[in-house]
Amino acid sequence: MTWLLVIVGAAVGAPLRYATDRAVQVRHLTVFPWGTCAVNVLGCLVLGALVGAADAGAVSPAVRSLLGTGLCGAFTTYSTFSYETLRLCERGRNGLALANVLVSVLAGLGAAALGLISVRWLAG
Amino acid sequence: MSGGDDERSGAGEPYVSRRAEPYGSRGANPYGDPAAGPGPAAGPDPDMGPVPDPDIDPGVDPDVDLHVPTRRAELAGGRAWPVFALLACGGALGAAGRYGLALLLPARAASFPWATFLTNALGCALIGVLLVLLTEGGRRGHPLLRPFLGTGVLGGFTTFSTYAVDVVGLLDEGAAGLALGYLAGTLLVALGAVWLGVTVTRRLVRRAARSRRATA
Repeated sequence: MTWLLVIVGAAVGAPLRYATDRAVQVRHLTVFPWGTCAVNVLGCLVLGALVGAADAGAVSPAVRSLLGTGLCGAFTTYSTFSYETLRLCERGRNGLALANVLVSVLAGLGAAALGLISVRWLAG
Repeated sequence: MSGGDDERSGAGEPYVSRRAEPYGSRGANPYGDPAAGPGPAAGPDPDMGPVPDPDIDPGVDPDVDLHVPTRRAELAGGRAWPVFALLACGGALGAAGRYGLALLLPARAASFPWATFLTNALGCALIGVLLVLLTEGGRRGHPLLRPFLGTGVLGGFTTFSTYAVDVVGLLDEGAAGLALGYLAGTLLVALGAVWLGVTVTRRLVRRAARSRRATA
């Protein structure tokens, strides 16, 4: 059953990542991979909130598997993030590569913490 | 940033108008062709690196790089739904693999999240291998292979959100050293893995191309 929930969540998460990435990429003219960065930070915020809600007992393990392991897991990506960082280095854009790592990691951690703490605070 | 903007300014679609050698002859000066004429691309451009074939250039963002004409057209007309359906199938397969690995290596409280670590390292190595195979050596795979395997399967397999939430979780449990080790360890291993995947595959692809030319 959990397998099915993960698969269904991911079947929504992966196309949603592509659509979000695309929506961001058409709105700027730089080589900085804002699309993947946005997707990852947004996914961290949602998963942080979900884990906070699950810890507070507000969300069942089934919903956590569906939306957490499935949807957020497939919505965010480490492989594309790493590959983009390498591509920026290969193009001699080392500063942008470093910026991509710092922005993605710091904003991702901040978003995860924000989601977790705000839901905890709401749950009292 | 300015170099990135330059790539798009001027002609509107400089990537399309620039005639480039395919990756197979990457070592050669891509501007050596006199037909290419002078223009802004004359002479080596340290900002750009080798100028790729616009149709198969992996770009920076392998999922969505709208510099790449075939990718700009991916959702045009009635082609959107097959792409979304493939991404859903690929993402589901990748996530099932990730979940399977998590069951094999169950996480305990305040311990190193090995399952997610290995998932991300493996997925990064594989995307390096995949994208070189699909875009270098003058090869063109089926146009839906990259979205299915790269964006779908590997994108669904690897995860950034679980990584970040696990780091925050470890910090929350007071395991600051472990959190920092996991944070930096994943980053270094993932970047190393994608570099290794790209470098080794590129070498093999070039060797295969050389031996094809030698026998031809």
